[in-house]
Amino acid sequence: ARPGSVLHPPGPVLHPPGPVLHPPGQALLCTPPTRPGPALYSTHQARPCSVLHPPGQALLCTPPTRPDLVLHLYSTHQARPCTPPALPSQDIRNTVGNIPMEWYQDYPHIGYNLDGKKIFKPIRNKDELDEFLDKMENPDYWRTVHDKTTASDIRLSDEQVDLVHRLQKGQFGDVNFNEYEPSVDFFTNEVMIHPVTNRPQDKRSFIPSLIEKEKVSKLVHAIKMGWIKPRKPKETTPQYYDLWAKEDPNAILGRHKMHVPAPKMRLPGHEESYNPPPEYLLTEEERMAWEQQDAEDRKLPFLPQKHSCLRAVPAFSRFIHERFERCLDLYLCPRQRKMRVNVNPEDLIPKLPKPKDLQPFPTTMSLVYIGHSSLVRSISASPTGQWLVSGSDDCTVRFWEVNTGRCMKTLEVGGAVKSVAWNPNPAVCLVAVCFESTVLLLNPGLGDRLVVSSTDQLITSYEPPEEDKEQAVTWALSEGPEHDNGHRLTLTHPKAVKQVVWHGKGDYLASVMPDNSSNLQVLIHQVSKRRTQNPFRKNKGLVQCVSFHPLRPYFFVATQRYVRVYNLIKQELTKKLMTNCKWISSMAIHPGGDNLICGSYDCRLAWFDLDLSTKPYKMLRHHKKALRGVAYHKHYPLFASGADDGSVIICHGMVYNDLLQNPLIVPVKVLKGHQITHDLGVLDVTFHPTQPWVFSSGADATIRLFT
Amino acid sequence: MGGLQKKKYERGSATNYITRNKARKKLQLSLADFRRLCILKGIYPHEPKHKKKVNKGSTAPRTFYLFKDIRFLLHEPIVRKFREYKVFVRKLRKAYGKAEWTGVERLRDNKPGYKLDHIIKERYPTFIDALRDIDDALSMCFLFSTFARTGKCHVQTITLCRRLTVEWMNYVVTSRSLRKVFLSIKGIYYQAEVLGQLITWLVPYQFAHDHPTDVDYRVMATFTEMYTTLFGFINFRLYQTLNLVYPPKLDSKAESELKAEHEEDYAMDSESYLEKLSALSASLARVVATAEEEENQLDLFPTEGEDQENMQAREKEQKEQEAQKRLFEGLKFFLNREVPRESLAFILRCFGAEVSWDKSLCIGGTYEVTDETITHQIVDRPDMDKQYINRYYIQPQWVFDSVNAQMRLPVEDYFLGTTLPPHLSPFVEEKDGDYVPPEKLKLMALQRGEKPEEEEEDDEEEEEEDEEEDDVDDEELTEEKNLKKMEGTRAQGKTLAVKVTPGKVKPWETGSVGNKVRLEQEEKAEEKRLAIMMMKKKEKYLYDKIMFGKKRTTREVSSLRCAPNGCKATHFKFEWPSQSPDLNLILRCCGRT
Repeated sequence: ARPGSVLHPPGPVLHPPGPVLHPPGQALLCTPPTRPGPALYSTHQARPCSVLHPPGQALLCTPPTRPDLVLHLYSTHQARPCTPPALPSQDIRNTVGNIPMEWYQDYPHIGYNLDGKKIFKPIRNKDELDEFLDKMENPDYWRTVHDKTTASDIRLSDEQVDLVHRLQKGQFGDVNFNEYEPSVDFFTNEVMIHPVTNRPQDKRSFIPSLIEKEKVSKLVHAIKMGWIKPRKPKETTPQYYDLWAKEDPNAILGRHKMHVPAPKMRLPGHEESYNPPPEYLLTEEERMAWEQQDAEDRKLPFLPQKHSCLRAVPAFSRFIHERFERCLDLYLCPRQRKMRVNVNPEDLIPKLPKPKDLQPFPTTMSLVYIGHSSLVRSISASPTGQWLVSGSDDCTVRFWEVNTGRCMKTLEVGGAVKSVAWNPNPAVCLVAVCFESTVLLLNPGLGDRLVVSSTDQLITSYEPPEEDKEQAVTWALSEGPEHDNGHRLTLTHPKAVKQVVWHGKGDYLASVMPDNSSNLQVLIHQVSKRRTQNPFRKNKGLVQCVSFHPLRPYFFVATQRYVRVYNLIKQELTKKLMTNCKWISSMAIHPGGDNLICGSYDCRLAWFDLDLSTKPYKMLRHHKKALRGVAYHKHYPLFASGADDGSVIICHGMVYNDLLQNPLIVPVKVLKGHQITHDLGVLDVTFHPTQPWVFSSGADATIRLFT
Repeated sequence: MGGLQKKKYERGSATNYITRNKARKKLQLSLADFRRLCILKGIYPHEPKHKKKVNKGSTAPRTFYLFKDIRFLLHEPIVRKFREYKVFVRKLRKAYGKAEWTGVERLRDNKPGYKLDHIIKERYPTFIDALRDIDDALSMCFLFSTFARTGKCHVQTITLCRRLTVEWMNYVVTSRSLRKVFLSIKGIYYQAEVLGQLITWLVPYQFAHDHPTDVDYRVMATFTEMYTTLFGFINFRLYQTLNLVYPPKLDSKAESELKAEHEEDYAMDSESYLEKLSALSASLARVVATAEEEENQLDLFPTEGEDQENMQAREKEQKEQEAQKRLFEGLKFFLNREVPRESLAFILRCFGAEVSWDKSLCIGGTYEVTDETITHQIVDRPDMDKQYINRYYIQPQWVFDSVNAQMRLPVEDYFLGTTLPPHLSPFVEEKDGDYVPPEKLKLMALQRGEKPEEEEEDDEEEEEEDEEEDDVDDEELTEEKNLKKMEGTRAQGKTLAVKVTPGKVKPWETGSVGNKVRLEQEEKAEEKRLAIMMMKKKEKYLYDKIMFGKKRTTREVSSLRCAPNGCKATHFKFEWPSQSPDLNLILRCCGRT
């Protein structure tokens, strides 16, 4: 209760901020009527219970232990209770002190009362609506004050309102206070004749200071000598002079030679004009697109605009931005010298011999062999070049005359034909056909009678050996109507056969039964002895196709990713070719025997030079879709590849006898003709044995001859 | 094997570069000071070739500076000044806190400052180097000189920028070195040829700026600090080359005239002097009083063959330039109050015209509107009440177009209230296969000396009317006309290095010959296609990229050619000699952090 301090403003008694005149140091005696025993409170430590009324007349007293007691106001002069201005039913003063009440935001209580009990927040806060209703309905709303410390509303009494009014006007809180008390002079204004002290003045106050004189004379001397000069006014305007008066034209930049000068700003084009030609203005859609683009993606950093006259041109809103960005570019952007390649695209195209000079090769489609009703999986030409055999998914094998396109013979077999192969020996007329798990050897009976009959004789002249060996395949001779149809031998395999291929001599025959789990994938049959053997003991992956070397006793096996070359006599692996393809689909061997091509389902064709390396000599990515068939020509330096994109690409592939010279590969013709059905295009290609012609069979059930 | 084990990242490119943070630590500077230093000294980050090697195996995005650059910064005297300034600020703050006002005053008086002279000399060892790099300085100073003198930057900077730009404009006027001007939507571009260097700058239109909040003005102020120093020295040197007094003074004759007129209107002499200078209406005082500039003739050297041709070409160019410098000589212009006075006065004075304006508009107007000798009045309003018969009332674009065309264009298109022809950029040089707007073709024809035939224009209009009636006829007609025109131009256009051929291929009339030709073409196309198939992967990629770019440009050109807004589609194809391989510098904006 120091003078001037405000005590508990939200309490039941409002202490006016007027001067408190009660002499400090006095103790107040306060005796609550209901409690025995007096309590002494120092006015210095009037906390927590006593409040001094303005001029020391009244004292509000609350016993610390009984906050629920009715408050009494005592006049210190009269020492009797007077009526308090407003009496709340309960004293819920908060003892937390003058703290931000937000600290209690997250608690259910708001502080502690004088007993140390929690003061709880009202259960329901007033919302806007309550506030509004209160405002409308409560006649005392205007005199209600919210007390943050106790979270309660207090209605101000008339006296309090009066007090507030007085304070607002800047008057004293107390009504009775006299602002204009008569003044009392503490000090007289009359000069007294006797001094307070009678000490005579010092001598030093009469004589000038020597030290100061010395200092001044030093300064005077310094000024005279010109040591101290008055402060020069600062130059604010910069001084310019001829900076490059003694320039050295050969002087390199002070730093180093790696300096990259900043590029100049781009010069404006027509579209930046205030009145551009109309074609440079953006159309409505372009403008919309421009607005939707990110600022970085925009091709023009501004919208071209047309103004009818110079007067109408507004300020460019991004001017300062652009200058600022330029500044940033100048000092923040890493600079790098870049050589821009200025290549003539024509120079990039490799210089190849002209296809015209590499003739002959098939150029036009001349015949279409129509007859099959489903996709034609496989075709093969007879060694004389007069006949063509084709196997299709419609379970038929058809024999065609090449020159006329006539279907000479149609044979029904018991399943979709996977592969056909004409015996390459011209003295034998035999065709191997495979479907399901059967390989059928047919004698079509076409061509030279002598050959046909000698073939039959060859088959019938077989004499079974004395001791019968257990074989993987059962050989059966056809008889009756089947014999009349041309069936000669039936080889029943344990599994489905995918491919058959003849050895160049025409006596051996290999069949492929792809199966990932066993070593019985490839079988080699000898027709004259009706013998079958399994060349491999181990399974080295899913076999895709096999092929015989045309001259030497080598055997090529293509698994999914590699091509293995086995020596059949030594019975060992001689080479393993890495194709770099994901999945090999077909393979063909150059008639010279030193080169090999592999087609793959990932659109690539790999050319291997067996003398060179086990990696492809060249990878050709000519086709757009998976390759299905590849073939070499027997005599001409040609090879062909057919793919699912419906095209057959003929390449000139010249192999030189000189070992130093690498093969020359030039694509010479793209042949198109097959329609794509069910995403399949060309399924097999094969060359005519003597002419530069190519046959292709497709998924559109046709066979086409390109000459 | 013996020997010490080689440690990684202790030699080679890893030691040639230093990250920004490391550089900052080495220099013991705060980031702001480091940036300021980089701006002043012209240090910029470099993009290393092998980022991962330089980054010591990490792929985190970092900014790299050359280590040599940073070492070079170590001994920069300005770094010490930066530190002194930091100390000064600290002391000042302390003095303020203690309310020692005398101390504050004393500190203020001794505020450390620095000069950039040595940096300029170091960055630009020769004058030409400095001149080459002045583009940005000019644009920046012109921008700052238009700022309001409140907030954003110091008033001294603004007045200094204004002073320097006025000096520059006066120099350009006196040396008559302006070459091209362009009214863009951003502002006005000027291009001058000073001592053989092409200098381009951009001046914003005279409006109050709406200052953006996302721009760091401190960076701009630092740049301006450097640029003003550079610019001042360049101005000094340029004035020296022309024997002009620096700082510029008006001719004594002009000065007395101006003084007599405006003595009452302007209070302080020092204030009005800059304005008088910026009026650009009077010539400048020279150190050595010379007679009119003597013609500097090219000396003739005996030359042979190609040299002679070159020589002739150069002579011709020189002549053209001389002619351009005197483009408006003898003409008397009057600027109405609604046209941008400063830019027009600048341009007109650069080409030798006399200019005046209303006295109330600006100081320095030399004659009144009523002057009978005025030949052109530049007006930018739809109509004028009182018109004099003996002068042209033209719109300001005429001046700009004439300067760019290097000839006085016919004034008819630019009369009061007429729709203006499009304003083309003089900076565009069309290359092979680029789109040339028809207006430019017309202009080129005019420059060659052909008169635009009025009949033709009439025809065209008629044609446009007819177009709806019969399109086919019309097309043929225009095509024939184009062909004729082309032949005409070919006959005359020896100066022009373009060959014009009709782009449209007519259907082949003679069957057999045509078929043969077509077959041959097809064969060739197929050959090419097959050869492309045999390309290596890398080359194929490059080839595809080049072809893609080519296709895009042709697509753009064709879209411009048949734009819905565009009026006349032209079927011309221009053939230029193929460009030579050039070294291109690419400012990589990706690494900005």
